[in-house]
Amino acid sequence: MDLMQIIRIAMRALARNKLRSSLTMLGIIIGVGAVIAMVSVGQGAQKQAEDQIAAMGSNMLFVSAGTVTRGGTRMGYGATKTLLYEDMQAILRECAAVKAAAPGSQSSAQVVFENDNWATQINGTEPQYFDIRTWPFAEGSSFSKDDVAMAANVAVIGETVRKNLFGATDPVGQTIRISNLPFRVVGVLMPKGTSAAMGQDQDDIILVPITTLQKKITGQNWLRWIMVSATSRDASYTAQQQITALLRDRHRIRPGQDDDFFVRNLADMADLADQQARLFTILLASIASISLLVGGIGIMNIMLVSVTERTREIGICMAIGATEGDVQQQFLIEAVVLSLLGGAVGILLGMTTSYLITQTLGWPVLVSPTAIVTAVVFSMAVGIFFGFYPARKAARLDPIEALRYE
Amino acid sequence: MATISQPALRATGGTDYSVIIQVEDIHKYYDLGETRVHALRGASVQIERGEFVAIMGSSGSGKSTFMNILGCLDKPSAGRYLLEGIAVSELSKKELATIRNRKIGFVFQGFNLLSRTTALENVELPTLYAQVTKEEGQKRAREALQLVGLGDRIMHYPSQLSGGQQQRVAIARALVNRPSILLADEPTGNLDSRTSVEILEVFQKLNDDGLTIVLVTHEPDIAQFSKRSIQFRDGKIRRDEPIQSRPLASEVLKNMPTLED
Repeated sequence: MDLMQIIRIAMRALARNKLRSSLTMLGIIIGVGAVIAMVSVGQGAQKQAEDQIAAMGSNMLFVSAGTVTRGGTRMGYGATKTLLYEDMQAILRECAAVKAAAPGSQSSAQVVFENDNWATQINGTEPQYFDIRTWPFAEGSSFSKDDVAMAANVAVIGETVRKNLFGATDPVGQTIRISNLPFRVVGVLMPKGTSAAMGQDQDDIILVPITTLQKKITGQNWLRWIMVSATSRDASYTAQQQITALLRDRHRIRPGQDDDFFVRNLADMADLADQQARLFTILLASIASISLLVGGIGIMNIMLVSVTERTREIGICMAIGATEGDVQQQFLIEAVVLSLLGGAVGILLGMTTSYLITQTLGWPVLVSPTAIVTAVVFSMAVGIFFGFYPARKAARLDPIEALRYE
Repeated sequence: MATISQPALRATGGTDYSVIIQVEDIHKYYDLGETRVHALRGASVQIERGEFVAIMGSSGSGKSTFMNILGCLDKPSAGRYLLEGIAVSELSKKELATIRNRKIGFVFQGFNLLSRTTALENVELPTLYAQVTKEEGQKRAREALQLVGLGDRIMHYPSQLSGGQQQRVAIARALVNRPSILLADEPTGNLDSRTSVEILEVFQKLNDDGLTIVLVTHEPDIAQFSKRSIQFRDGKIRRDEPIQSRPLASEVLKNMPTLED
């Protein structure tokens, strides 16, 4: 008997009990729909993380001052005073894999504009910082090298700061007060959003020339961090090694002793974020798979009922020449048709759900073809797996008993 | 009733065995826990091509068991059964299914048609398990329905047909693969007397055309339309004799009142 014929007979058998067949399918529909929707949400999150890392610049390295232990108290990153401007110059001079570097020192302060005030982070750096981070300006521009040389009172503000201090007012050219010093706003940065890797609002920031911050606000001459860009993404690992070796040498750290600085490679962080998003996807998918499993059990249940109900029919088919294989095949195909039909509707449901999630919750969702193919294969596998036992049971019937069954 | 002009529907097969069924001292017993139930205690029968045999006996006589063995639905516990020279007891389940499909046509008491399936599709069913193309299967099914006088009702569903018509569909289904033998198990058990005779008329005409028929019944009235009667009792054959002066169903029908009020 050819496959089309078997499928036709299976469809007719399923159509005989439309309500029951559709309820059975519902289990698979919900299962497949849930798997697709959840995988889409997970992959959307993964894509977003990747995009954000890419926006940060994946060939970026972040060198930060290390931790120090003073009388048994560990002070956390940035506590050492050993990272200096000269270190940055040495990195630029001696590390071949490094393309650019910008120094950074950090403080926090209350910022005032007219009647509004806002507590934020003040970072001192140099103009190349904005290039390294590929951070464009919404308005105005960066402070200049001259501003750095003269320790001028100029500031670049982030979107969050702009929103909180200025509202509708154009900030460029206005004067704000940082730690009671007047600063002229020269530029506003484009919003970057919350960082995927660090989970903080990157726009809640004010950047001033490093000299200004060190001389007029903090009075410190050491650096909190150095932002480095490698010549390429692949070179970032080489750069990391070169910087580590150079700084250990410059800081006279003996072998076996801990570094007094810390180099973070954004390629590493991208991998980490990617890994986390993938884990998230797997978690969601496995929860959704449980409903697919329940749907499969529903198929098995209904197929068992169907075999019992159609015992006599099975007997007739056997009497007129159906082999065990024919009967088994017939019921197996029936289960597969049921699960595949459910799978097809489930795909539609999953895609609709994904779309609704994007629309209502604003989550990024990515319906991937892989998820759809997986769902189809999975629902077919569910049909075969859960249809096998009932089909076997049907095939094993004794024709004489089956014919006598009332 | 259409004229029977389908020699192809007779037994086919390369070698022309004149003996179709040869049963030698077969036994059948079932082990039910401690006790052993003997359904057949040594039956021997030989049936030749073109015979019309009625197997008689009360319930529990072993006639149903015998019928199941003849139909290759069951195997004897002991003894030999040759169907057209093939030793059936040595075949696998799959081979038995093929034998049932090609060499045997079944007609049951309860018609056993698939509901919500047209007469044509019901008759086609055995061809689906045979190596027959769909076109050929459909052609044969139409011919078989024509033969039993239902050529104009091929698209009807069983629920739209009378008992007699349903049984004719079942007969057509039994004939569609051109079997060597037609096995009918109480084929008139669910029918009124006039319809019963009508079915027997079909059997007689098929038999006249050369088809070998074995009919199981417990009604002597029905058995008398055959050519030979075999009586079972307690798992053994008690009597095996030709029917003298059998009536022609077509003649009997002429003298029967039609049931139309």
